[in-house]
Amino acid sequence: MADTSLANLLQSSESADTRPALGERVLEIRDLNVTFKTEDGPVYAVRGFDLDLDAGEVLGIVGESGSGKSVTMLAVLGLLPRTAQITGSVKFRGEELIGRKPKELQAIRGEKIAMIFQDPLTALNPVIRVGKQITEALRAHHTDLDQREAMGRAVELLDSVGIPRPEVRVMQYPHEFSGGMRQRAMIAMMLANDPQVIVADEPTTALDVTIQSQILELLKSVQERTRTAVAFITHDLGVIAHVADRVQVMYAGRAAELSSADVLFHRSRHPYTRGLLASLPSLTGRTGRLLPIVGAPPSMLNPPPGCAFHPRCPNAQGKCAGEQPPFDPIDGDPKHRIACYFPVSADGPQT
Amino acid sequence: MTDIRETAAVVATEPGATADAVSTAALGMGVKPLTPTKLAWRRFRRHKLAMASAVILLVIVVMCTFAPLFTKYSWNTLIRNPSGGLERFLHPQHGHWLGTDELGKDWYTNVLYGGRVSLEVGVMAALASTFVGTIIGVAAGYYGGWLDNLLMRITDLFLAIPLIVSLILLTGLPANEPWARTLFGPSQSVRSVTTIIALFFWMPVARILRGLVLSLKEKEFVEAARAAGASDGRIMFRHLIPNCTGQIIINTTLSVAAAVLLEGALSYLGFGVDPVKTPTWGNLLAHAQGQTQLLPALTYGPGIALVLTVLCVNFVGDGLRDALDPKQLSV
Repeated sequence: MADTSLANLLQSSESADTRPALGERVLEIRDLNVTFKTEDGPVYAVRGFDLDLDAGEVLGIVGESGSGKSVTMLAVLGLLPRTAQITGSVKFRGEELIGRKPKELQAIRGEKIAMIFQDPLTALNPVIRVGKQITEALRAHHTDLDQREAMGRAVELLDSVGIPRPEVRVMQYPHEFSGGMRQRAMIAMMLANDPQVIVADEPTTALDVTIQSQILELLKSVQERTRTAVAFITHDLGVIAHVADRVQVMYAGRAAELSSADVLFHRSRHPYTRGLLASLPSLTGRTGRLLPIVGAPPSMLNPPPGCAFHPRCPNAQGKCAGEQPPFDPIDGDPKHRIACYFPVSADGPQT
Repeated sequence: MTDIRETAAVVATEPGATADAVSTAALGMGVKPLTPTKLAWRRFRRHKLAMASAVILLVIVVMCTFAPLFTKYSWNTLIRNPSGGLERFLHPQHGHWLGTDELGKDWYTNVLYGGRVSLEVGVMAALASTFVGTIIGVAAGYYGGWLDNLLMRITDLFLAIPLIVSLILLTGLPANEPWARTLFGPSQSVRSVTTIIALFFWMPVARILRGLVLSLKEKEFVEAARAAGASDGRIMFRHLIPNCTGQIIINTTLSVAAAVLLEGALSYLGFGVDPVKTPTWGNLLAHAQGQTQLLPALTYGPGIALVLTVLCVNFVGDGLRDALDPKQLSV
């Protein structure tokens, strides 16, 4: 059964018409739990997390360090270490990924779901020519492709991400590239197999601000052309405002708020989201003190009972410590969901 | 994919991208960029002792490899005087630079031909052991867990075996055991000596590479490769081993020196390559030792050649270490 579905998956990549139609659900995560066994006890990194990703959309996933955003996507790709226990369901175009054999996941990685990493300095192999690394990505899935042909594709790909003189650049080593160029090369590598889902794990965090906007522009234009679904992981709300259609806010391994980017920035209801927005500096508005969220993110070794945010939440009441609030739609908008018993009013102070 | 290319055109016209293009032009990409190999070569050249050693080594290797071009005799030619008598125990002189032995063989010729075999055994044993050691070390480091444990305990076991004693025992095996003959080759052949030496030379490489891979496999580029769908084999052979090239080369070089020395010791003890069939520096030394009373000069040739070679290989190894592994503090 698993074998035939794998065959289907492999086959579907051959013809262009099996690319998902716009709006087709490409990724569906249901009740995902990821627990790491450590010597201090289990670390609950992701707890009952749901996520939908449709073809053609950019979904921003925001949260503090340790909120489970990267772990969720690594679980999708099957890249978590063996100490991770994963339960729940992850479906890629209807095919269940959890519980698949490593070989089957390997066939999906890079080919169907590709990932861009945070630090292009370390994500490129220092001793291998950039062109060779791109052809490696190609040949990992197309073993019959000969090196010359693959190199030609590598030149095209570098050209496509705006690297000047790609025919010279393919023969160079990563240390001869600037930081922004390396990230472009990473993006080229990831585009090599024309994936249907792109996971961008803080792709601009390691870059300086001017390069950041270039890379975001590049990702955006690539996404608009290819109509690929993008899951954009970041802790930078400014980046989210720039690229995302919808935003998923995560806190302590759970979903806190989900809405369109527009709604999030203007009518967010979850106290945590509000806190994040209030801690952002504004270029145009008031110049007063920034408001931090009091306290520190919880330890996932023993997360707080009930709503994990309640120890830091200005609105918290007794009920919050008792029971996890459901992740329900609010304001009669099915696309806006929050997990909170006492939401902030929609017309409170905004940034 | 053509779609993406069109995007490229859009992106490339952005101010940032053109700035990139301008700066590359301004920086003068006409200047040949330095590849890691070129950088290493540049560092190696600064190491004077290593450069001198490399030149001497090159001379020795060329003279031994192309021995027939540097001598008019064969190693087993018996030198006769015009009246047909054997020229035994000739002192070093013109035409016989290192004299002749008790049978009248030209000793200089023997040192050249002996070097051929000694170097061959050294190089082949070093290459074979490095190959095996690399596979074992990389597999242990990459997979970890029980496999790592098993492989490293085997490595410890081999390191605990007394070297010379077991080498002597093993060299005796092919003569009596058919399985050993198929495995090692005929007794006292070049192949059997090489194989047996290689059998005890892979452990240091395995340990070093395991350590390297343990740290390398945590690097993000390995995860990036895995995210791109690379298999374990691809990651090991295309990403991890190239990152270990420096260490592999250094260790191979140092193994060559040690293997040449060990071959010398074995042959000297009479357990190496058969002196009747093939001269090596080791068995030439053993042979010369018997004649020290009559012509002590016979020991000089193979002795100096052996010491010089090992010394030069070690200096070149040091130079390579500095050139290929600049981060390591050289003491």
